[in-house]
Amino acid sequence: MTDLHSIAFMLNGKSVTADVDARLHLADFLRHTLHLTGTHIGCEHGVCGACNVLVDGRSTRSCLMLAVQVDGAHVETIEGLTASGQIADLQAAFTARNALQCGYCTPGVLATAAELLTGNKPTRDEIRDALSGNYCRCTGYHAIVDAIETVAGKRHGGAP
Amino acid sequence: MKAPAFAYRRPDELAEALSLLADDGAQVLAGGQSLIASLNMRLSAPALLVDINRIGALRGIEDRADGIRIGALVRHVDVLHSPVIARQVPLLAMALPHVAHMAVRNRGTTCGSLALADPSAEMPALAVTLNAKIVLEKQGARRTVAARDFFQGLYQTDRQDDEMITEVIFPRAADDEVFGFAELARRHGDFATVGIAVRARRSGDTLENLDVVIFGSEATPLLSPATSALRIAADATAPMLADMAEAITATMEPMENHQGRADTKRKQAAVLLRRTFRDMQSRAFAGKGNGHD
Ligand SMILES: Cc1cc2nc3c(=O)[nH]c(=O)nc-3n(C[C@H](O)[C@H](O)[C@H](O)COP(=O)(O)OP(=O)(O)OC[C@H]3O[C@@H](n4cnc5c(N)ncnc54)[C@H](O)[C@@H]3O)c2cc1C
Ligand code: FES
Ligand code: FES
Repeated sequence: MTDLHSIAFMLNGKSVTADVDARLHLADFLRHTLHLTGTHIGCEHGVCGACNVLVDGRSTRSCLMLAVQVDGAHVETIEGLTASGQIADLQAAFTARNALQCGYCTPGVLATAAELLTGNKPTRDEIRDALSGNYCRCTGYHAIVDAIETVAGKRHGGAP
Repeated sequence: MKAPAFAYRRPDELAEALSLLADDGAQVLAGGQSLIASLNMRLSAPALLVDINRIGALRGIEDRADGIRIGALVRHVDVLHSPVIARQVPLLAMALPHVAHMAVRNRGTTCGSLALADPSAEMPALAVTLNAKIVLEKQGARRTVAARDFFQGLYQTDRQDDEMITEVIFPRAADDEVFGFAELARRHGDFATVGIAVRARRSGDTLENLDVVIFGSEATPLLSPATSALRIAADATAPMLADMAEAITATMEPMENHQGRADTKRKQAAVLLRRTFRDMQSRAFAGKGNGHD
């Protein structure tokens, strides 16, 4: 049984329309239908954060949202965040600080960091707290926290 | 794994949602942070998902005569940042940072958490502690159930399949009330291994009328039966508070699972209680010298 629904939404600044089956989750829709494979899948039940994207500016598990539910929303994936340059400073800081190794978790971590950095300058504890929803099996997190802290400092015009 | 097939509807009006829920196999989709995970693992197989995310009437935290109303579309993130909650239901504000992670809080709802009734979840425990009222609606009928009667077993509640939780109403905190909250979790934001919530009234130099709820250890939040005679005096010493904690946790019958043996959980709860009592004591009687450092 399929239950097809027409959806229209903004993806990385461009409008997209599609017919999606109700059971298809957003991560699979992005990866398999739209071939945007920067969004990664780790656990598919909300625990690892590899699939985080921004929906209406907020970090969201794309494995825990149905594709049909993004109708009318603004979705940003790592491809769009990269192309727009809005997280170029974060990406540079991640490279400089070696905040990624295999890179599997990185798109999700960057989505979390992107949302976090839209607010007030976070403390180190707040950065760690925000990252509690993203598993990284390589780095030990320390370098990720450092990189985000550096960018937070720069964006808020002070010393890191 | 991938979700099984199901039909999906997204009504704009509450009445339409309630009429859809009258059908066998229909289920509410709120934040989806538990439901979609269980679909992905094929642990549930609804015939129809009724997505309530566009029903405006279910939004909003409201300060009303009967208490603080949290509608079915209020998400954990909204509660976390609400000035009304911070002022009027401070226990909720204390607990929310322990609920899941940013991305999950961005979608998961208070009422969804009550409907799910996970034994380790914070919201059911707080609703029991504070004596919240849960409002259930189905086509043509509306009823209110006390949270203390709502949770019946592991993931089991008084809610019927065709009923939606449309809102929960928390009583406003009184000036003389003091609250405490603590939990243990493997990773910050994960479901608790064991947690505790406490409400007390301050009268002169004592905290009395204690309500103590322990969660995560048993199938439903445990409202401790043994607290009505207990008091926390301003000068109660640490050993006295530890004795109280032991007396309360003696009534626990924890489930054994991968998160620990029964006696481990009992001990953990006692430690959390002891620390929380001490913390409440120092907050309630700040500057009065409370018999220990
Ligand atoms: C990684 C991770 C960590 C988490 N950690 C925590 C945690 O520490 N503490 C915690 O409490 N929760 C935690 N959660 C769960 C999260 O809080 C869920 O969002 C919440 O339990 C369910 O709310 P929901 O709105 O997402 O409901 P959904 O997933 O949409 O629904 C859950 C169930 O409730 C039913 N339902 C939902 N809303 C209603 C309603 N209004 N009326 C009737 N039935 C309804 C659904 O049909 C379904 O059966 C975690 C989740 C994840 C993925
Ligand atoms: S794949 Fe979505 S949280 Fe792990
Ligand atoms: S860099 Fe490998 S999982 Fe994070």
